[in-house]
Amino acid sequence: MRKNFLQSSIKDSLFTGLIALALFGPIVGLRTVAKNEVLVVSPKWFIVLVIVVVCALGRFLTNLYIYNRDQKYGIQSTIGKSITNFLDTKGTQIALSAIIFSVIFPFLPFTDRYLMDIAIMMLTYIMLGWGLNIVIGLAGLLDLGYVAFYAVGAYSYALFAIHFGWSFWICLPIAGIFAAMFGVLLGFPVLRLRGDYLAIVTLAFGEMIRILLLNWYQLTKGPDGLTGIPRPSFFGLPFKSFPDEGEQTFHTFFGLEYSPMQRIIFLYYLILVLALITNLFTIKIRRLPIGRAWEALREDEIACKSLGVNPRNTKLTAFAIGAMFGGFAGSFFATRQAFISPESFTFIESAIIVAIVVLGGMGSQTGVVLATIFLIGLIEVFRDFESYRMIAFGGAMVLIMIFRPRGILATRKPTITLQKKEAAK
Amino acid sequence: MLLISKVETFYGNIQALRGVDVKVNSGEIVTLIGSNGAGKSTLLMTISGVNKASTGEILFDDQHIENLPPHEIVNLGISQVPEGRRIFSRLSVEDNLRLGASAYEKGKNFDIDVKDVYDLFPVLKDRLNQRGGTLSGGEQQMLAIGRAMMARPKMLLLDEPSLGIAPKLVNQIFIAIKNINKQKKVTIFLVEQNAKKALELADRGYVLVNGNVTLEGTGQDLLKNKDIQAAYLEGGGKK
Repeated sequence: MRKNFLQSSIKDSLFTGLIALALFGPIVGLRTVAKNEVLVVSPKWFIVLVIVVVCALGRFLTNLYIYNRDQKYGIQSTIGKSITNFLDTKGTQIALSAIIFSVIFPFLPFTDRYLMDIAIMMLTYIMLGWGLNIVIGLAGLLDLGYVAFYAVGAYSYALFAIHFGWSFWICLPIAGIFAAMFGVLLGFPVLRLRGDYLAIVTLAFGEMIRILLLNWYQLTKGPDGLTGIPRPSFFGLPFKSFPDEGEQTFHTFFGLEYSPMQRIIFLYYLILVLALITNLFTIKIRRLPIGRAWEALREDEIACKSLGVNPRNTKLTAFAIGAMFGGFAGSFFATRQAFISPESFTFIESAIIVAIVVLGGMGSQTGVVLATIFLIGLIEVFRDFESYRMIAFGGAMVLIMIFRPRGILATRKPTITLQKKEAAK
Repeated sequence: MLLISKVETFYGNIQALRGVDVKVNSGEIVTLIGSNGAGKSTLLMTISGVNKASTGEILFDDQHIENLPPHEIVNLGISQVPEGRRIFSRLSVEDNLRLGASAYEKGKNFDIDVKDVYDLFPVLKDRLNQRGGTLSGGEQQMLAIGRAMMARPKMLLLDEPSLGIAPKLVNQIFIAIKNINKQKKVTIFLVEQNAKKALELADRGYVLVNGNVTLEGTGQDLLKNKDIQAAYLEGGGKK
């Protein structure tokens, strides 16, 4: 048995090496260089050899130490169990301390402009992840075009704010409603689709919105983007260094020195509140009939029908509400950047948000936070090594999939019921 | 109460029902027996609206329901316990029951109705916070029936409640079905492979072969029928 396993894992790793050779041979090995105005192939077989050996060896080691262990003890072994148990018992305390930390974060001594920017970016992704979690985690609809709603929110906020001069607090709900309408628009044609097919259509929808934004020049200024998007004001008090005559600004009203950080801090709290509203909403709606219907739909559509749950309305509300939060996040993005163009809403954004939700463990709210900190933090850490960023990103995903195949915090808790039963006895 | 006439249902090009006529009177237990692939489940799915009949009529309390979507049919008072139980395995037992109640006035009477379910299946009360998937097969079947009862049905469609369940629990479930019929005054339409048990329980029965009703009669008559004994009881009765 033991010998068999060793044999099969050696075979398996050799096979992995072969695949790596087939893939990296042409991609990495055959490099074309321009020499005297003609293209010549300069082979790089040594690097290919290194990659192939790393792949095969890595596969062998994971086979030996991880899959072997998983076979014996099941996937939810040791670390997984302890993390899940820890969060179950200390969940509220951790969440509370995380919230307190985020509230005092701008005033900590080591916090500077750079950290604030990263924190704002992370919170934006956390909010997007929580929004998408409604669609993917709760309703079980794999949406690969979520960035479309982010874009719709951003553009509708920008257009209303630029052309009508409406304030952030009026435009925000409008942007949300617009995004929700687009959610329903996407929802209708895909009602009968499931799984892979749904993923393809939503992916196409995301691209359609981007291409629409790119080509509808009269409305969106196409690739030039929209500039001069109004900044948010603090309940009518703008953040300006030199106020117009007789105008109250934030720093004159509160008698403070002007500092550009004031606006950053305000933006930080804004996205923090928006994200927390998203989270609170999701937690609450899970206890309501519609939230239960979403989760039931994820589990079994036919059973839902036979119980009198209307799958059409249920799916559409999931799309609409998920999209609405995407729209809120989009309008925040627009007001923060003051400039938006279709380039900000490419497929890679959708992919990152889906990665956050899936790696976090579908349906887990805390998992989204951890995955965001992990992924976005990693991208930031590697900012100085531009060309290695994507490698690090890909490597991180592979590692999570090896060690935590159901996401960092999988919602399935096979241990919990057993414990309760014991306690009842 | 339920009148099915000349119903034909297709899966793509394959015809599953070839003009089925079935009548269920108020307060009855009617069973439909037949072998695998005869179209038993298809008929139930067609009644509950999950599958649509291409021709034919289905009348429930003198109202045409063949073109209504499933959720409206549930609101009229027909609840279905689907084949293979189809419990929401990652949701708690309580959430499963609440989902059943959501059809009836949005679950306002949950606390009252859930007591009736506990009376039928006391074991569910202890399992309330457990995930549906962690229940045993028999308990899951009880949950599926309880879930359907939460919608306060006038008529209950049961699809093979004995499928894959320990014999002891099968008896318990059949007793519960009888109680639902006698005490709660719910009309029962029962699809079963376990022909003997089903016919013993039922007032009347139908035999479905290749999408056609070939025989009908009272439960006792069908039990005594030679053809049925040969086809369904001596082979299938062992279960």
